[in-house]
Amino acid sequence: MRLVAETGIVFTREVRPTLRNPVGLVFGMAQPVVFLVVFGSLLSGLTWGDGASWQWFVPGTLIMMGLSGTVSAGYLLLAEMSGGSLDRMLVTPVSRAAMLVGRTLKESVLLLAQSTLIIVVVLPFGFRLHLVGALVAMLLLSVVGVGLGAFSCALAVVARKQEPMFYVVQQTLMFPLLMLSGVLLPIDTAPSWMRLLSRLNPLTYVVEAERALFAGDVAGSAVLGGLVSAVAFAVVGVLVGARAMRRVA
Amino acid sequence: MISTRGLTRHFKVKRRIVEAVRGLDLEVAEGELVAFLGPNGAGKSTSLRMLTTLLAPTSGEARIAGHDVRADPAAVRRRIGYVGQGNGAGPYFRVRDELVTQGRCYGFDAAESRRRADELLDTMELADLADRPAGTLSGGQRRRLDIALGMVHRPELLFLDEPSSGLDPQNRANLWEHILRLRASGTTVFLTTHYLEEADARAERVVVIDHGRIIADDTARRLKADLAGDHLTVTTDDPVRTARIADRVPLAREVVVDGNEVRLRVPDGSAVLPVLLRALDAATVDVWTAEVRRPTLDDVFLALTGRSLREVAA
Repeated sequence: MRLVAETGIVFTREVRPTLRNPVGLVFGMAQPVVFLVVFGSLLSGLTWGDGASWQWFVPGTLIMMGLSGTVSAGYLLLAEMSGGSLDRMLVTPVSRAAMLVGRTLKESVLLLAQSTLIIVVVLPFGFRLHLVGALVAMLLLSVVGVGLGAFSCALAVVARKQEPMFYVVQQTLMFPLLMLSGVLLPIDTAPSWMRLLSRLNPLTYVVEAERALFAGDVAGSAVLGGLVSAVAFAVVGVLVGARAMRRVA
Repeated sequence: MISTRGLTRHFKVKRRIVEAVRGLDLEVAEGELVAFLGPNGAGKSTSLRMLTTLLAPTSGEARIAGHDVRADPAAVRRRIGYVGQGNGAGPYFRVRDELVTQGRCYGFDAAESRRRADELLDTMELADLADRPAGTLSGGQRRRLDIALGMVHRPELLFLDEPSSGLDPQNRANLWEHILRLRASGTTVFLTTHYLEEADARAERVVVIDHGRIIADDTARRLKADLAGDHLTVTTDDPVRTARIADRVPLAREVVVDGNEVRLRVPDGSAVLPVLLRALDAATVDVWTAEVRRPTLDDVFLALTGRSLREVAA
């Protein structure tokens, strides 16, 4: 109970500057939309006809947004570690786990808002919305977001003495993780070693689940796989992240 | 309020073990204002981080307000305030928001947190800046905000790590007004500093640390009288004879000749100077100038370690 209340305090603190800066919020929100509209429109002219490319492409974009958005939890944590404000928080009685989850939750909530916006924007382009599927898909996305944010925070803690390492490791991990999940391009036609690696990537299952959900297939095995994968990813992320947070202090 | 026994912290740096703090034994009573003085790297901040639960000791124990830092860090955290070396407020957060958050972190409800935040904005002269992001404040303003953040829950014991570092003299004086007001209201204050003048003028008790060990612990006045003594300087037309006469002054130490100048150290300079002058006069030495200089804490550090704190700090 106290953990929930404390998570709420940290979440409120984190989300306030975003809400207080509408211009930044609008630009942050608009970025993936612009990307999606430009890239998606290019694709739709290529192979698939009316709207089919959106069905494939929107879930991928959401995951990509999830990756790039939630990892900023680590970046922000790094800034607060070097600035001194994290120390101040660490001396208060608030638990380390709440500090971690509150932070990543904020990125997840922003992600939810962004996803909603994207879906609304692509609707006129022929995107078919399956409401239940889309809602489950967004829930799944925010669970993954918490995991990603937590891993990013853990990385920030480990790299706190050499800040550039944080960016190097993050970038190095992010690109293969993205490509191997089939977010941007289908993995089916890839060489077999890549397909194997892609099976080992937890995000792959989430991407597949997202695609199934946005196609309205709520009960399929892909969804179950994605759910298990996302929850496991989030739990491990939070455990690793919370351990790392205890190490700072 | 603070009680440590053999408090020790080692760091592993490139497979070498660095002993940052070695067996700290320290007792601070309620209501004291203690300055922890030492050169950079002496172990001040490491000690402070252990006392504030930010860093686990390698060995030894520390009890803060009756609670063990290792066994019950949460109880310690509720009772202490901490103003670190960095900025307590995140640069993108508004001043009032951070104060309200801080109150919430200590278990105040939303209304009480807001009330306390407004109160502190007033006492710390930050009311006009309440809606500004902390990153836009000047150095002195940010430091006042840091202290406000440390005081939100009215702690019995406030730790400050180099609170006046980087501030201009005016802001430093202003900061000290706030610290002394806290002290007057009964808060125990424990702060680190490498500003000698500050420890000398403001603290009731000075604990000197060097290479991770406490090497002196007393009031500034007694440290200076016991360890350093006053400096006497006379310039005369005959420094060699002056030095010989100075040598005969009771308790005179370190008689040095430097050109026409002769320097020596004695426990009570203002009493010795007339005696010395009369002796020189009787010996028909022509005295041009005479000066008594009270010792500083730097002289104390020099007497203790053979090094000047100013050189070490620079």
